[in-house]
Amino acid sequence: MDVYPQSILSVDGLSKSFRGLTALDQISLDVRRGEILGLMGPNGAGKSVFINVITGLYPADYGTVRFLGRDVTRLPSYALARLGIARTYQNIRLLRRMTVLENVLVAIKDHVNRPLRSLFTRNRVCFVRAATTLLEQFHLADKRDWLAGSLAYGEARRLEIARALAGKPSLLLLDEPAAGMNERETEELGDTIRASRKLLQAMVIVEHDVAMMRGLADRLVVMDAGHKIAEGKPGEVLAEPNVIEAYLGTDEADE
Amino acid sequence: MIQDYIVFVGVNIVLAWSVYVILLAGSLSFANGGFMAIGAYVSGVLTVKFGFPLVIAALISGIAAGLIGVLAGFPALRTRGIYLMLVTVGIAVSVKAVIESIDYVGGIQGFGGMVGTTPWHVVGLVVLVGGGLALLSRSPLQRILDAVREDELSAASLGINPIYVKLTCFGVGAFLAAVAGSFYAHYLIHVSPDQVLSVFIVLYAVLGGTNNMWGPPIGAAIMTLTPEFVRGLEAWRPTAFGVVILCLLLIRPDGLLAFRIATTRTKAVAGSKPKQST
Repeated sequence: MDVYPQSILSVDGLSKSFRGLTALDQISLDVRRGEILGLMGPNGAGKSVFINVITGLYPADYGTVRFLGRDVTRLPSYALARLGIARTYQNIRLLRRMTVLENVLVAIKDHVNRPLRSLFTRNRVCFVRAATTLLEQFHLADKRDWLAGSLAYGEARRLEIARALAGKPSLLLLDEPAAGMNERETEELGDTIRASRKLLQAMVIVEHDVAMMRGLADRLVVMDAGHKIAEGKPGEVLAEPNVIEAYLGTDEADE
Repeated sequence: MIQDYIVFVGVNIVLAWSVYVILLAGSLSFANGGFMAIGAYVSGVLTVKFGFPLVIAALISGIAAGLIGVLAGFPALRTRGIYLMLVTVGIAVSVKAVIESIDYVGGIQGFGGMVGTTPWHVVGLVVLVGGGLALLSRSPLQRILDAVREDELSAASLGINPIYVKLTCFGVGAFLAAVAGSFYAHYLIHVSPDQVLSVFIVLYAVLGGTNNMWGPPIGAAIMTLTPEFVRGLEAWRPTAFGVVILCLLLIRPDGLLAFRIATTRTKAVAGSKPKQST
């Protein structure tokens, strides 16, 4: 088996079906060090299922997932998170009745890995400072004592990304970060994503906003009905006939 | 008389906290009456039949209940919400059934001969448990528990193992209920399975409010003392008790003290107002 030395995540023959409905069919791909990989496809193509299988929400039927050379196929979500795979959700999942600052602090690795020991540790200033710096980068510092549930949509999305980064992950998976955003918000989000790039080794973005993906992704993988139908540089991939067909063949092409 | 008040209120405060500890991670447990009974009986057997000192017996019974709690919690915590509640009710009922069928501890007649609890034992226990919870409420662990309670999926994707956290809370809650139960039994001298199985424990916590550690003791104190103060109107006691509960539910549906205290507070930044849930 050839493992790219440069690959952070390497997925081989990943399959998943729900009651006979194939959501993922033999998906193989690599996420390389330093890149932003865009995962595209019309609704129902299996992009979100892919993310959910990678992060341990659904068990894979077949195939393997290797993260930094280690087989992580059957690990539960929390174990994958501890190894350095962070994610956001399509429908934002914040800890709504906790403050913005707490949402970021809760992800601090030292505490999460040893919950019982954290009973006897203080809210160390260095952690609060690190969390505040992160919030400043995401333009949320002035709202750090707000309840997360009271944030506007765009802010909530930024907080979710900030929280995912607080655990210092190597790989970040964003599941439709621009869903439900207007053009201006999408643009701001693009800036946010570019800014967080240097904090990570690699990023995977699931999205169907073509313009955003063209501007952000270094490489694109296009899925349709559970299959991988194209892979390569954004300009080339988006010009391929079967990709255009997959998009124009559905009503979601403009989303 | 004042001794009775101190012991009963104190025991009920610790019981309310035992529910609160489990609720911290989001599970509502009706099983604590069962754990309390395990505490009462295990420690009773240890002191009466084997001559153990009270405090040691209480601790052993607490550990026993904690282990049983973890064992029972392992399958139980796979269920959620209303199903979890039903399972915990089942645990309490099973404990009662088992105790009633063991002749060694008197079966349905109950078990007697336990002595030794002074108000100081109870006050000491309340101070210790309260101190622990105060420490917890300002530690990063509180945030981890809150995260599990708020959204298990989020918590898991941040590296928190929700099952482990909930199970630990269940074990600690069972331990506290059992220790409270053993002090209670050694004050009453004689206990029967009926006496130590109470659904009221959950009410103490829920009526007091479960978002911070001060709600449950206030709920426990009010619920324990109200029947005493309206004793003059003997026939109306249950009615008055019911009216108090109804009023509480109407005026403060989330409990008397419903606000949550943030685990960190930063200096107010211009333009931002800390918001609190009610």
